[in-house]
Amino acid sequence: MKKIEAIIKPFKLDDVKNALTRIGIQGMTVTEVKGFGRQKGHTEVYRSDEYKINFLPKVKIELITTEEMITQVVETIEREAKTGQIGDGKIFISTVDEVIRIRTGERGKDAI
Amino acid sequence: MKVDTGDTAWILISSALVMLMTPGLALFYGGMVRSKNVLGTIMQSFIALGVITIQWVLYGYSLAFGPTMGGIIGSLDWMGLRGVGLDPYPDYSATVPHQAFMIFQMMFAVITPALITGAFAERFKFKTYLVFLILWSTFVYDPLAHWVWGNGGWIRNLGALDFAGGLVVHVSSGVAALAAALTVGKRKGYGDEPMPPHNLTMTLLGAALLWFGWFGFNGGSAVASGGLATNAFVVTHISTASAALSWMMVEWAYRGNPTVLGAASGAVAGLVAITPASGFVGPVSAILIGLVAGVACYFAINLKNRLRYDDSLDVVGVHGVGGTWGALATGLFASKMINPMGNDGLFFGNPSLIGIQALSVVSAWIYSFGVTLILLKVLDWTMGLRVSEEHEISGLDISQHGESGYSF
Repeated sequence: MKKIEAIIKPFKLDDVKNALTRIGIQGMTVTEVKGFGRQKGHTEVYRSDEYKINFLPKVKIELITTEEMITQVVETIEREAKTGQIGDGKIFISTVDEVIRIRTGERGKDAI
Repeated sequence: MKVDTGDTAWILISSALVMLMTPGLALFYGGMVRSKNVLGTIMQSFIALGVITIQWVLYGYSLAFGPTMGGIIGSLDWMGLRGVGLDPYPDYSATVPHQAFMIFQMMFAVITPALITGAFAERFKFKTYLVFLILWSTFVYDPLAHWVWGNGGWIRNLGALDFAGGLVVHVSSGVAALAAALTVGKRKGYGDEPMPPHNLTMTLLGAALLWFGWFGFNGGSAVASGGLATNAFVVTHISTASAALSWMMVEWAYRGNPTVLGAASGAVAGLVAITPASGFVGPVSAILIGLVAGVACYFAINLKNRLRYDDSLDVVGVHGVGGTWGALATGLFASKMINPMGNDGLFFGNPSLIGIQALSVVSAWIYSFGVTLILLKVLDWTMGLRVSEEHEISGLDISQHGESGYSF
């Protein structure tokens, strides 16, 4: 089983979520985060004070999926989250040791 | 003279309008500080309503407006409002109950020290602040009000014109703010850590309430309902609009953006500047007074970085400089055609008024700065002015009040 973390632009969340549900993904966790990569921030001025804001708002999607689904999931996220502009984000794939459904006690693929 | 119900209604409403300015100020300041200090900031304004009300009733009104002792201070004849009844008092309120005039003036006494809090935002000890409120009102506000407005006050006798408090409220608090910023010292991390406003929507709401309330502040200072109150109301509005635009424009040209904080700050600068002039100048003069106020105050607040003091919410630049400009502008634009009980200014053929205005400004500057400095030094020595470093980091809300402004 694999864990996918995808950092994407906030306004792309709905597109990504809808496309993933269409290919059969049944759950995910979403957090609001801040970050920067090559995309620069902006400057804000309040009276005599000037602030360089480096961190930009992003959304992080976390989901667990099977080896079989990985390629399709990654392709879907890449396609839906892309704008072609700097700041589109990144996808990280890691291996997960165990998955447990709390309500039923199911383990492994049955718990995804 | 008999009580006029129209005049009385207007003065009571104006008193309520000015009262609303204190919570308005609380929100104006509150939005500009960091969220960990929002309650502490609001509380400094709000609690003035409690403390100054009692001080005013017990002896403040008597010192400010009571029978004069040498033109310097009022006597204590009116302690506990003894003798301040429901009949008119011709020296101050010819057609309005004396107590109505008293309560109207009370609201000015309440808001003035609250203005100073912007200079030492985010770091002042609440316990010491309560004592500061009482001492500053007693030793700075009450005497200054007596000099400028009291029957027999020496600045009033000189012929200086201050319709609604350019000197008594704005110059006094603006200059006291300078003394405070210098004595209290900078916020920890000032210049290194970002300290942007945490909620400008709150600040704008506060600015709007101030604008609204100021119609009572200036309009009510006519102590009558009619032509003069109308003039004050109208020029107040015009100056504010003009200054909001001029600050916004000059910031747009200078920094690249027309900011919301700039428009709000400009509006306040315009309100401050028109305050002393509102019963003496006309609508076109108001456009010019506001225009200059927006520009002058904008550049004044930028000076703070050069001069290296942390007047956190720009009290010196807006109230000190704005009030000074307003007092001098009165010496330029005043016209007896607007108010026969006033005077003519330089642009209406009388060069002597501006000199008197300048003298009154300098007196207010020196007195307020000097006494505030002494008061703060004494308080620092006895009680301490600042919260501890740990409390400054955790924030005033938790450290001074045991509360959180926001629970998400």
